[in-house]
Amino acid sequence: MSVLVVLEQHGGKWNRMAFEAAAAGKMIAESLGVPLQAVVLGSAIDGLANDAARYEFRKVFATDNPLLARYTPDGYTAALEQLIRAHQPRLIVFPHSYQVRDYAPKLSTRFRKAFISDVVGVKTENDQAVFVRQLFQGKLSADVRANGNPQFASVQAGAFRAMEPGDGQAQIERFAVKLDSAQIRSQPEEPFREAQRSVDLTAADVIVSVGRGIKEKDNLPVVEALAGVLGAELAASRPICDNGWLPMERQVGSSGQTVSPRIYFAIGISGAIQHLVGMKGSKTVVAINKDENAPIFETADYGAVGDLFEIVPALVEEIKKSKA
Amino acid sequence: MKIIVSVKQVPVRDSLLRINGEGTWLDESDLSYEMNEPDAYALEEALQLKEKLGGEVVVICAGPQRVSQTIREALAKGADRAIHVQAEDLGPRDALTTAALLAAVLKAELPDMILTGLQSDDLGYGQTGVILAELLGYAHATIVMEVEPQGNTIRVKRELEDGWFQNVILPLPAVLTVQSGIKKLRYATLMGIKKAKTKEVKTVSASDLVPDTAPSALMERIYLPAHAKHTQILSGDPKDVARQLVEKLRFEARVL
Ligand SMILES: Cc1cc2nc3c(=O)[nH]c(=O)nc-3n(C[C@H](O)[C@H](O)[C@H](O)COP(=O)(O)OP(=O)(O)OC[C@H]3O[C@@H](n4cnc5c(N)ncnc54)[C@H](O)[C@@H]3O)c2cc1C
Repeated sequence: MSVLVVLEQHGGKWNRMAFEAAAAGKMIAESLGVPLQAVVLGSAIDGLANDAARYEFRKVFATDNPLLARYTPDGYTAALEQLIRAHQPRLIVFPHSYQVRDYAPKLSTRFRKAFISDVVGVKTENDQAVFVRQLFQGKLSADVRANGNPQFASVQAGAFRAMEPGDGQAQIERFAVKLDSAQIRSQPEEPFREAQRSVDLTAADVIVSVGRGIKEKDNLPVVEALAGVLGAELAASRPICDNGWLPMERQVGSSGQTVSPRIYFAIGISGAIQHLVGMKGSKTVVAINKDENAPIFETADYGAVGDLFEIVPALVEEIKKSKA
Repeated sequence: MKIIVSVKQVPVRDSLLRINGEGTWLDESDLSYEMNEPDAYALEEALQLKEKLGGEVVVICAGPQRVSQTIREALAKGADRAIHVQAEDLGPRDALTTAALLAAVLKAELPDMILTGLQSDDLGYGQTGVILAELLGYAHATIVMEVEPQGNTIRVKRELEDGWFQNVILPLPAVLTVQSGIKKLRYATLMGIKKAKTKEVKTVSASDLVPDTAPSALMERIYLPAHAKHTQILSGDPKDVARQLVEKLRFEARVL
C-alpha cells in the first residue's frame, strides 16, 4: 500500500513538474506511514531510472517498452493499469501537466475511480488524505476526500517545492508491460513550434498586460496609453488573444510566453493558474482589479482595487507628472 | 458526420459567489448562468464541421431545469437537436459521476465525434471528454486547436506546454476536448432563435439511468482561500491610488 509518483519525461528529459509531484507524494506517504515509490515510463529509459533512483524513493519502477517511446493515452493507460493492478498502490500522484490531463482521467476511469485533478494542498485526517483543489479558477477552495483505493490525484504547477536529488539509492525494479500496437489508436506526429515569434516578451523590462476586464477591443487605448508612457511591451491573457483583440504572440501563460520583467502590470486579469505560471517570475507585480477577491492579488506586490477605466488613466497622468 | 457536443451550464463569469450555510456548495439562489465558454468553442467547431461536411449536431447537457436556457442557446446557434439529462444535484459531484450519466445516454447515439470544452470554468476538472472516451471505448485527444477530417480518421492539432504543438491522427469515432479560441464564436441570429423553438429537446431523467459507476470522491467543504497576503492593497479615489502607486514603485520597489 504505497504512494506511487508518476515521473513525467519527454524525450529523455524530466518535466520540471515531476519532482513537485514527488514532493507532494513524499509528504502524503510520510503522514500515512507508507513507502514512496516512483515510476518512469518510456523506451530506453535506463538513464532516467538511474537518475530517479537518486531521490528519496523506496523503489523506482522502470517501465520500458518500445510502444511507450512516444506518448499515447492508450499506451500510457495500459502500462500504468498493469503496474497498478500488480503492485496496488493506495494513491497515485501525477503532476497536473497537459500530458496527465490527457490520460489520467482515462486511467482512473478504468478503475471506476474519480481523478482528483489540479490539487494545491493535501492534509491527512484519520489516516486518509484530504485534497485541496481550487474552484472557479482560484476564487474558492474545496476539500475533497476520495473513498476506496486506489486514489488518483494530480498536483498543480508550483504548489509544492520540487524534491531535490539526494544520495538516495532507490532500488530500481523493471516492470515489463504487455502492449500490442493494435491497442494504440492514436498516431502522434513530431511535436513542433510555430514559426518564430516577432514579439519577444521574454526580454521585456516592463510589461503592461491586459485581461478580459478591458471588456472590448475599442477600450485597448486605455492600456496602450500606460504602455506608451512606461515604454512597456503590451501583453495579454488568453481570452484577449482568443478574441483576436491582440495577436497570439502577446499572450502570457502556460500556452503563451513565460516572462520575468522588472515590472508586470496585470490589468483586469483574474489570475488563473495558467496565466500565473507565465508571469510569476516578474520582479514586481502590480494588479489592478475591481474584485478584491481576485486571485491575482495573491501574486501581486501592489494591488489597486477599483475600476481600471478610472485608475489606469490616473496612473498615466501621475507617471507623466513624475517624469516631468 | 454526426457530432455530439457536450456542454455545461456554469455561473456567469464574475458572479458574486456565496457559499451555502452548510459550507458544502454555492448558495445558488441568486446566481445567473451561462454556457461554459470552452464548450461554446466546442459547439462552434462542431457547427463549422457540419457546415463543411454535412450531418447533424446534437447537444447534450446535464443539470436541473435552468439548463434548458443553455440548450436553447445552442439550438439557436445551429445545433439540430438536444438531449437534456435532468439531474438536480450534480453541482459538486466528481467528474466521473456526471460523465457516466452522459455516457449512459450517449452509447445509444453512435456519433462519429463527441466534442466538449477542455474544462469548465466552475469546477475545472478538465476530465469529462476523456472519461466519456474511456466509457464509450472511443479514441480521444485533448486541448485541440484544429480539426481536419480525413475520411475515417481525423487529424487534430493539440496544444502542448511551452508553445509546442503536435498533430495526432485518430480513428473515428473519437472524443475531442476543444481549447478556447479554436474558431471565432458566432452569435445566435433572430432567425436561429425562432427556429430553435421548433427543434427537438429530448429529456432523460438521471434517475432512470444506470451508470456503471458509483461516486468515489466527495467534496466535503468549500471555502474562501486563505490569504497569504504579502500584497500591499492601495485604496482611495483613483487619483490617490495612482499617486500612492507611483510613489511605491519609485521609492520602495525602485522600479520606476
Ligand atoms: C490548458 C489551458 C491553457 C491556458 N493557457 C493560458 C495562457 O497561456 N494564458 C492565459 O492568460 N490564460 C490561459 N488559460 C486560460 C485561463 O484559465 C483563464 O481563463 C484566463 O487566464 C482568464 O483571463 P482573464 O484573467 O483575462 O479573464 P477573467 O478570468 O474573466 O478575469 C477578468 C478580470 O477582470 C476584472 N475586471 C472586470 N472589469 C474590470 C474593471 N472595470 N476594472 C478592473 N478590473 C475589472 C474581473 O474582476 C476579473 O478578475 C488557459 C487555460 C487552459 C485550460
